[in-house]
Amino acid sequence: MTASASMPSDPLPLGSGISDRLSKKASRHIKERIIEALLFAAAAFSVFVTIAIVYVLVKESWVFFETVPLSDFLFDTQWTPLFDDAHYGIMVLLSGTLTSSGVALLVAIPLGTIIAIYLSEFAGFKVREIAKPFLELLGGVPTIVYGYFALTFLTPILQKIYPDLPGFNLLSAGLVMGIMIIPYVASLSEDAMRAVPMSLREGSYAMGATRLQTALWVVTPAATSGIASAYILGISRAVGETMILAVAAGMQPNLTFNPTEPGATITSYIVQVALGDLPHGSIGYQTIFAAGLTLLLMTLAFNLLGYWLRKRFREVY
Amino acid sequence: MLKAADLEAIRAIIARAKRWDLFFSLLGILSLMVGVLTFTVLFVDMAIQGVPRLSLDFFTSFPSRRAENAGILSAWVGTVLVMMVTALSAVPLGVAAGVYLEEYAPKNWMTDIIEINISNLAGIPSIVYGLLALGLFVYYFGFGQSILSAGLTLALLILPVIIVATREAIRAIPQSIHEGSYACGATTWQTVSDHILPYSSAGILTGVIIGMARAIGETAPIITIGALTFIAFLPTAPFAGDPPAGLFEWIFAPFTVMPIQMFNWTSRPEAAFTVNAAAAGFVLVFMTLAMNGLAIYVRYRLRKNIKW
Amino acid sequence: MQIQTGLEAGVEGALLKADVRELDFYYGAFHALKRVSMPIYDHKVTALIGPSGCGKSTLLRCFNRMHDLYPGNRYAGGGIVLFPDDTNLLAPGVDPIEVRMRISMVFQKPNPFPKSIYENVAYSLRVRGMSNKNELDDRVESALKGAALWNEVSNRLKELGANLSGGQQQRLCIARALASDPEIILFDEPTSALDPIATASIEELITELKEKVTILIVTHNMQQAARISDYTGYMYLGEMVEFGVTDQIFIKPQKKATEDYITGRFG
Repeated sequence: MTASASMPSDPLPLGSGISDRLSKKASRHIKERIIEALLFAAAAFSVFVTIAIVYVLVKESWVFFETVPLSDFLFDTQWTPLFDDAHYGIMVLLSGTLTSSGVALLVAIPLGTIIAIYLSEFAGFKVREIAKPFLELLGGVPTIVYGYFALTFLTPILQKIYPDLPGFNLLSAGLVMGIMIIPYVASLSEDAMRAVPMSLREGSYAMGATRLQTALWVVTPAATSGIASAYILGISRAVGETMILAVAAGMQPNLTFNPTEPGATITSYIVQVALGDLPHGSIGYQTIFAAGLTLLLMTLAFNLLGYWLRKRFREVY
Repeated sequence: MLKAADLEAIRAIIARAKRWDLFFSLLGILSLMVGVLTFTVLFVDMAIQGVPRLSLDFFTSFPSRRAENAGILSAWVGTVLVMMVTALSAVPLGVAAGVYLEEYAPKNWMTDIIEINISNLAGIPSIVYGLLALGLFVYYFGFGQSILSAGLTLALLILPVIIVATREAIRAIPQSIHEGSYACGATTWQTVSDHILPYSSAGILTGVIIGMARAIGETAPIITIGALTFIAFLPTAPFAGDPPAGLFEWIFAPFTVMPIQMFNWTSRPEAAFTVNAAAAGFVLVFMTLAMNGLAIYVRYRLRKNIKW
Repeated sequence: MQIQTGLEAGVEGALLKADVRELDFYYGAFHALKRVSMPIYDHKVTALIGPSGCGKSTLLRCFNRMHDLYPGNRYAGGGIVLFPDDTNLLAPGVDPIEVRMRISMVFQKPNPFPKSIYENVAYSLRVRGMSNKNELDDRVESALKGAALWNEVSNRLKELGANLSGGQQQRLCIARALASDPEIILFDEPTSALDPIATASIEELITELKEKVTILIVTHNMQQAARISDYTGYMYLGEMVEFGVTDQIFIKPQKKATEDYITGRFG
């Protein structure tokens, strides 16, 4: 939206000038420009936030990598930054992040997709009107509460099934995390499916297709890019989730892909360090920025993948 | 001409396809039930554990080494104060950014960068904001581990939520309203302040409430900036000290908030503290549910009442 | 099987394929079709004309029960009898999916699925549970030939349907409707989104198609109705004002209202 419609470039050859009442009032103009500049500053502030995030993480990580070679960071199989014999193998934290995210996504993606298809193609108006806000509520529960639930409710139940399961484990945290992520996957996928034009559905129904056939063969393929974005959002939620893991998975660095073991993730390690009393500027303090940078790069990669998928599969209806 | 045998075959195919339809319907309801059930169990379990602990004392006592004496006074006061800072900084900034992008922004690379950047910010894990705040607010600006640092951190976190909500609310206003205003000779800012903002206020409010509900429950970034968990005192009351410096003493005070108090109690091994955690969790969930419920209600009213 | 009396002057020996009998239809509280009656003759093209909002598309969408997809729509009396079964398509016990398998439809705007050309045509066969590759290949080819599209797309069957031109897309949708050997094909203003050349090719196609299938077409274009249809019904405000052989409707309509509309004096 442009502020003022531009004057014709060639003024009409009539009249001798602009009358007083039609001339742009300077005072009015300046006020408008100041307001516009302020609003622009507010919008541009978000760019500053991103730059600040990158700056802070890179600056502190830089100091870290001056002490710890990148190869150690990437390939060491131990993560013991606070011990005398310090090792900095991010792989250890990464394994916890990947394992818990894997469990969570195994729950969230199938259930979220089924719910999305059900709400978009099967459910009546009433069910949808009740279910959608409810899903929002489910997504609005603070994650610390989910962590409490995983630790004090789900883990004891799982221990009845697998008596060997330790009190802290990635499985219970991952399962609850999956349930926490369902609303994100379901809600965004459903939006994508609802955006598929009715004419495509009519075309399918007119061929004698049932609801499920229409949903699986026409609507879902047509909504691929949106559903992919929903999955990517789910993945970045899982990778970035902190409190459920800090509470229920233990904060023991453990190079494992076995969800029935305890483990630390990148995020829960940061919490652990922050809870302790590490002096500002120590190597231990800098590890959390290196870990944070790793996390940021991962989510950035997912975001880029999301853009690419949206571009690649953008549907022309 | 259709033969009877063909018709039979078609009917068999339809019957089979419909069985799959039915099967999927049940699967869909079942999946929804997983969510509903989890939420119910979570809420009821926490209520059974925690509600007996809820008394006036619980709200008016400081945390304590003895579980039965401990309360959430400093936590809820801290939450209220932090939320004040968050709202006061995030709402004007977010609404202004949303207005700029919808009403002013030219179509150029600058705008593109801002837009892509905002959707990117929304995807950054909250703990990364905590690290930013630790480096920037706590040490670089020297705000320390204060209400100000925490409030600003959460403000950055919910900024994208408010910007997106503002933009959506503005986009819901039909073009004809803009044109009507411009046709009366209004400037862009007059159009925005006289029409766009008033008409989109309910939609913006919804977004603000949802953003605040999210901020209330955020734990990780606040832990990261190093919020103390054992706070047995209250900050000075806002705006009560001697002007000018005393007015803002409170924002530099150390603090704790509800989710951190809950985390602290959850990580204690003693069962009595778990009960406290349940009680605090119940209060916390109740707060976020109330806010989300309010947002849903505002939106519902909005959809019912507005006729363009 | 019965033949409507009074129309012998028209096309000799026409058999009834379907018969609309005093059909009432409501969108919520809105009475959209008022005791509409009309015969549909086998292997003929029947056109529905009338100003927008007259109910012609509503009537068309009764034939394949598309109204069942949306809540609030109500068949309130009368029915559509399909021959030779002599069953009312709108009876509560009749499965709309079965109806749609027998009566196919082409829409106003081409709506190819976001799939390959091949899969678009194969869709109506896959819905019927057909999965044999050779059989599918044969049927897809003959449907595309039937829709006069085969020559243009035979070497690009794997391409997206959306890559075709508007007229080609519409012929693709006709091929999709044809593939499953329907008894009737419904056309809902099939050329309103197309340019004149594409329109001409679709019209030619429709005239050829009546060898194979019965056709019911809604059109906003009277010349189109005159060019391609054997019978025409003129509708106004949810009522069937006049139905007859196309030549008769256009040359000497029985009713003043029809004449006014045909000659452009309407409104």
